[in-house]
Order: sequence, then structure tokens, then C-alpha cells
Amino acid sequence: MKRRSTFLMIVLGFGFAFFYIPILSMIVYSFNASRLATVWGGFSTKWYVSLLSNDKVIDALFLSLKIAVISATVATILGTMAGIALARFTKFRGRVLFSGLVTAPLIMPEVITGISSLIFFILMADWVGWPGARGFSTITLAHITFSMVFVTTIVQARMIQSDRAIEEAAMDLGSRPWQVMFDITLPVISPAIMSGWLLAFTISLDDVVITSFTTGPGSTTLPLLIWSKVKLGVTPDINALATLMVLTVGAGVVAAGIIMTRAERRRLADERMAFRNND
Amino acid sequence: MSTEGFSRWFDRKGWVGLVIGLPYVWLVVLFLLPFLIVLAMSVATNTPTAPPFSFGGEHPWINLGAYERIATDGLYVRAFLTSIFNAFVSAMLCLLIGYPMALGLTRVSKSWRNILLMLVILPFWTSFLLRVYAWMGLMGKNSWFNGLLTDAWNFLVPIDWAVKSIPMMNSNFAVVLVMVYTYLPFMILPLYASLERLDPNLDEAAMDLGSRPAQVFRDVTLPQSLPGIIAGGMLVFIPAAGELVIPTLVGNASQPMIGRLISDEFSQARDWPMAAAIAVALLVLMVVPTMIYSHYQAKAEGSK
Repeated sequence: MKRRSTFLMIVLGFGFAFFYIPILSMIVYSFNASRLATVWGGFSTKWYVSLLSNDKVIDALFLSLKIAVISATVATILGTMAGIALARFTKFRGRVLFSGLVTAPLIMPEVITGISSLIFFILMADWVGWPGARGFSTITLAHITFSMVFVTTIVQARMIQSDRAIEEAAMDLGSRPWQVMFDITLPVISPAIMSGWLLAFTISLDDVVITSFTTGPGSTTLPLLIWSKVKLGVTPDINALATLMVLTVGAGVVAAGIIMTRAERRRLADERMAFRNND
Repeated sequence: MSTEGFSRWFDRKGWVGLVIGLPYVWLVVLFLLPFLIVLAMSVATNTPTAPPFSFGGEHPWINLGAYERIATDGLYVRAFLTSIFNAFVSAMLCLLIGYPMALGLTRVSKSWRNILLMLVILPFWTSFLLRVYAWMGLMGKNSWFNGLLTDAWNFLVPIDWAVKSIPMMNSNFAVVLVMVYTYLPFMILPLYASLERLDPNLDEAAMDLGSRPAQVFRDVTLPQSLPGIIAGGMLVFIPAAGELVIPTLVGNASQPMIGRLISDEFSQARDWPMAAAIAVALLVLMVVPTMIYSHYQAKAEGSK
């Protein structure tokens, strides 16, 4: 038993090295003074300076953030509704199609989602004159559509675990259905909704393929900007940009993880306290 | 309808209708409808108009020409085979690396386990594009990593085989390597979930009855984690088969994968019916692994 464990620990060590060496190497080379991205030429922060004074990068970042905030918010609202619907309303006409529509975007290759959205927008413009120009609005609509199903998956899983008795009690005490949802259901599943929003936000912020098909002239998001530069090869300023993004997202995720674990622990402690007081 | 009547109708039916209806209509209009258009387009005829397709005309209404070309033209057949091969090899390698990692995760102390699980999930949250990009930096001809591998190669092989650098970029090898890197968490997490649920008493019982560790693994651990293996394998295979970003950045342009072919047919050749037909064919190809996945996923959750 002991020897096998040593083997497992070695594989684990190599596995994490495999995960993190490329990222660490990229971070180290972002401080490379040399213009050649892969040859070390001394320490420098000049790529960060040139990056932060590059208006194109800043504009792209703000466009990406704007799209990500709006699409994550709408996707969370729609995705939560779909998750609640699937977990609570077990019988309604078209449920099979609905649950299919909620799963399909998860496995649909992004190229296909991207192309079908683009064809849809082009034909709609032809038939009904909308959307006039592709860009911010078409990207946002496409992002909402494919990120809402991730929210649905998370919310649905949480809903199935949660106790229906509280909702039924509120109903018996005379709450109207929408009051039950706002006063009971949503607060109970709020950690899942928050994770869903965060996931939708990062999916939108990160997306290249679907964005590249649904964008129009003048709407360059940050991933699209990186994509067009990276296709030509490795450059030191992208290393710097990558470092900033990886560190920001990493710090954000770790912080969110810690906050959520604490909140969950507090909620469990409160629940236990409430039950003990009842005894 | 009076206000009170409306309010009663809203409580009984309208509210539920709203909660179901809004996301339903959204998905029908922005997901199902576009997909049906693609399905229809795959049997349309390519024309030099804008948009570049038409139904009917001198051709029959349903033009299966695009599907015929997929089945007969070597370019498309090869692209499908390359995609399946790359996705399959990636899933296998993810399993070989991911299984001992997942098993290792179940053996470390609880506080370590949470930190390590976080470290498995963390790359998933950081930009996918940048994770691919990080490997472009490592695989390039002048990089320290390539230099290290080149030195190791030159040290191990006879002097005639010595190389100046290892040509890693723009090959199927690079595509598989980066796919393993980006999709490994998809393998580790379901495997960990199914291994964590196993009862350690079973291992001990098998040991007490005289099994050696290797036998315990083969007869007890492995069979019980089969649902996790298959779920993880499909979670890697399905996105890998339709991958576009990785083959475009590190792959060989003369050996395209399906995703890249769809994109090229659409944007460069402007043959929309052809792109649509390849897309439909790819989806048909995905149906089988998806069904296997949901079968084993349900099984894995059922045994909870």
C-alpha cells in the first residue's frame, strides 16, 4: 500500500507541474527585456508599460467587461428561471424539448454555435431588417444564449438538493407563488446563483470562437484582440497581458471561493443553531 | 379581466408560464431556430449571391451534394479521421495521467485535498486562449523547454540523430499535447468524484483476503470507477473532436480538424451549404458519445 502511495504522490507532483509550468513560464517571460519572446534578455517591466498605454487594449478590455457583465446578468436571470422550472415543474407541455434545449448548447461545438448564430443574424437582417449592424448587441445575445445553460445546470443541481418543505410551508401559510420564489427559493439557492453568474461572466470574458463569428467591424473584444495577435506568434506584450489576466482571475476565483466557503459554513452553523434552539 | 381576476390567474398559471416561458422562448429563437436554419442550409445549393445559397432553382429542392462530397472527398474523410484520432488519443492520455492524479487526490489529507482540488479547477477559470498560448511559448524553437528536450534527446540518441531543436509546433503532436493540457481537469474531476465515494473498507477486505495492492486495484477500485472513467473520457472527447482554437494555433494546416474545416468552408470558401453539412455530420458523430456519457452519468449519480 505504501509504495503505491509514493507512486501516486509522484504522479500528482508531475501533474501539477504540467498544469502550472506553462503558466509560470509565461509569467516569467512577461518580464523579459528582449524583443524576442522566447530568449531571455534581462528583467524589465517595459511590456507592462507599453500595454497599459495601448488604447486598443484598454478599449477592448472595457468592451469585453461590458459584454460580460450584461450577458452574465441576463444569462443568470434566464438560466435561474430555467433551472427552477426544470427542478420544480415536473410536468408541462414541451418539457422534453425544453430539457433538450438546455443540454444541447453544452455539447454543441463552439464553431457550430458560432456559425449558426451568424447565419441567423445575417438572415434576420435580410428578412426583418434587424440587427442592422453586428457588434456589441449580437455578441451579447450569443453570449447570453450559450452561457445561460451553464447557470441552469448549476441552479438545477442545487434545487434538486434543497428542501421543498420550506417552500410548501410558506405556500400553506398563504404566500403567493412569486412571493415564495423571492422570499424562500432564491435566498436558499443564492450561492448557486452567484457561482452561475461568475461562471457565465468568465465564459463570456473568455470566449473567442462564438465572438469571432458574431462580431462586426469596430467591435473587438479582448480575446479577439489576443486571438488576432497570437495567430502570428508569441509576443512579449501578450505575455504581459496574459500575466495580468491570469493573476486577476486567479485572485478573484480564490477570493470568491474563500468567501463562498465561509458563507456556506456560516449558513450551516446558523441552521444548526436554529434547530438546537427549537429543541 | 379585473385586477383581482388577473392576479388570481397570474398566481395559478401566469407565474409558472412566465418562469418556464421566458427561457424557453429565448432558447427556441436564439438556439433552436438558428440550428434549424443550418440544418436546412445543409441541403441548399451554393450560389454566387449574397447570402451565398438558394433552395430549388435548377437543382432539386433538396440538394444532397454537400453530404455526398463529405462521404467521397478524401479531404473531408481525412479531417474526420484526424479529429476522431486526436480526440481519442487525448482522452486516453488524459485518462492515463488523470487516473493516478484523481486517486492520489483521494489519498491526501483533507485540508491538502481542498487546496489541490482548487488548483485543479483554477486553470479552468483562467483564459482558455492564454493556456493554449502558454504552450506556444514552450514549444517554440528557441524556448528553454524545447532546448531542454532537445538536449535530452541529443544525449540519449546516437550522434547522427542529433537535432538543433525538436519540431513540436504545427503538428498533430502539439494539438494532442495542448488538448490534454486544457481538458485534463474534465477528466480528473469526474474520476475524483467517483473514486472518492468508494468504501475504503472494501480495499482492506480484499487485502485481508490476500490480494496484493495491484490486484486490489484491478479487481476492486478499477471496476467501481468505470462510470467515472467513461464520463471523463466523453467530457474530453466531445469538445476535443470539435475543437477550433487549438488546431488553428498549434496544428498542422495541411491536416485540418473538422472544426477548422467548417470555419474555412464558411469564411474563406464561402460555401455555406458545405459548412452546414459538415457541421451536421459532426453533430451526428457526437450523438453516440453523448448518449454513452449521459447513460454513465446517470449511473454514476444513481450510485450516490
